[in-house]
Amino acid sequence: MSLLQVKQVSLSFNSKKLFKGKDLSKKVLNDISFAIEEGTCLGLIGTSGAGKSTLGKVILGIQRPQQGQVLFQGYDIYNADKATQQKIRRDLQVVFQDSYSAVNPRMTAERIISEPLENYEKLTITEQRKRIIELLERVGLSEKDLKKYPHQFSGGQLQRINIARAVALKPKLIVLDESVSSLDMVTQSLILELLNELKDDFGLSYLFITHDIKAAFLISDTLGVLEKGELIELYDSKDQFFSSKHPIVKRLRDSILAEHPRFRTLTTKANWVNTNRLSKQL
Amino acid sequence: MKSNEQNILNVRDLHVQVRTPEGLSTLVQNINFEMEKGKILGLVGESGSGKTITSMSILQLLDKKRMNIEGSITLHGRELNGLENKEMRKIRGKDIAFIMQNPMNAFTPVFTIGHQFVETIRTHSSLNKKQAKELAIDTMQSVNLPNPDKLLKSYPFQLSGGMLQRVMIAMAACLNPSVIIADEPTTALDLHNQLLVLRLLDKVRSRYGTSILLISHDLGVISEMADDVIVMQYGRIVESANVFDLFDHPEHEYTKKLLRTRPTLYSQKQPYTYML
Repeated sequence: MSLLQVKQVSLSFNSKKLFKGKDLSKKVLNDISFAIEEGTCLGLIGTSGAGKSTLGKVILGIQRPQQGQVLFQGYDIYNADKATQQKIRRDLQVVFQDSYSAVNPRMTAERIISEPLENYEKLTITEQRKRIIELLERVGLSEKDLKKYPHQFSGGQLQRINIARAVALKPKLIVLDESVSSLDMVTQSLILELLNELKDDFGLSYLFITHDIKAAFLISDTLGVLEKGELIELYDSKDQFFSSKHPIVKRLRDSILAEHPRFRTLTTKANWVNTNRLSKQL
Repeated sequence: MKSNEQNILNVRDLHVQVRTPEGLSTLVQNINFEMEKGKILGLVGESGSGKTITSMSILQLLDKKRMNIEGSITLHGRELNGLENKEMRKIRGKDIAFIMQNPMNAFTPVFTIGHQFVETIRTHSSLNKKQAKELAIDTMQSVNLPNPDKLLKSYPFQLSGGMLQRVMIAMAACLNPSVIIADEPTTALDLHNQLLVLRLLDKVRSRYGTSILLISHDLGVISEMADDVIVMQYGRIVESANVFDLFDHPEHEYTKKLLRTRPTLYSQKQPYTYML
């Protein structure tokens, strides 16, 4: 059985225009089905507004879909009893894009990471501290970072703390919602490396939501393409992305920037003699 | 001072220091580069390497009470460093335009785009309102923005980030500046919009002969756009080279590391070539 199954999920946001009573419902997700196997990573690619993050929220149990089911380890997360729900929450973690807004600015790194431990594991203070130091070291930080506040870290370091918090309870699935998008290229590749290592260490599965095709390629085993709320393509292997004939996939593929100036697509020849008609009057 | 006819902007021995309670702290040092007409100069570096500080010091936007800016920055042979704020305001927007990372913050939400567009034009020229609007529409048409009339009447929050960034570029281009500084223009955008914005910048460059200082941490953007590249690390330039040389034969260890660690799609054998 798959770790996570999403079955025919549809979601629309309804709103009525003030006074006129006009219906302005917007379909955000339309009949989406897929599964994530244990120990694998599904990369979900899409442009902004495609519904990627909404799908992430649906899977995390934050946004109830109008139709369809989300099964985590066989349990329907929206129709589970309290005890099961608690268990699911433990095994289902998330890392968001903006690392600063994902932490409380008034908490030290130690308290940030201790929160999930306090909720789920009854540890003594010394045990807990030992666990936190282990986690910090695992994500590439050290003991002296324990007492620091979020503003004393860089974006990449703070993202490491978010990752440490997410893996603290040894979850089964982590939803990575644009987790590396706002980092610079050096930090980005370091974090991706860390995520790959953690995946093997803890036997994690990821749902990697991104618009960065290159990052998705580096980390995912399977790929999905989301466009306007529909999962238009789902690939078992990454190579299929390149052979796909779908116009939207083709457009995405064309938007990948060249890796070497030899392959650049922008080759406009300069002709700046004919300047703007009006700007001559300036 | 040596002056080269070809060079629009010259930066010589730029040092920027910030005064802290513990004393002076150096942000960037020994920055030397020049920009030629119609060329795109790429500036690469990780966060905190001094890319933005360099661009801000060209525009003299740094707080002079807290910062020491030394060195010479010349535009068409005119020294910009130490220029009065009043004089500098005439240059910003007209001779040197600035495109910011987040277009949502660059516009004020309370006025229409047209209002802000016309305001910019009229500040720097003697055109009347009608002519300014005409120029705005003209520029927007020349950079292929759909429905310029409708765009000018809309408010910034009614447009998507990609669209707004393109309007921003049109606005930067309309006064025909000699230099455009684009500070991470596509970082906040998704892949498709990124390509549209880059194409637009390239179009502005080829049409108006503007020199562009393109700041980015994305080597994809650099390889797609730049003619020459400067690599910065810890506030210093570690390597500056032609874009082909840099990608083929990186010399500095740091550049090699950058090129090695970036995520790639293709194994070395055959690159996937795509058509437009």
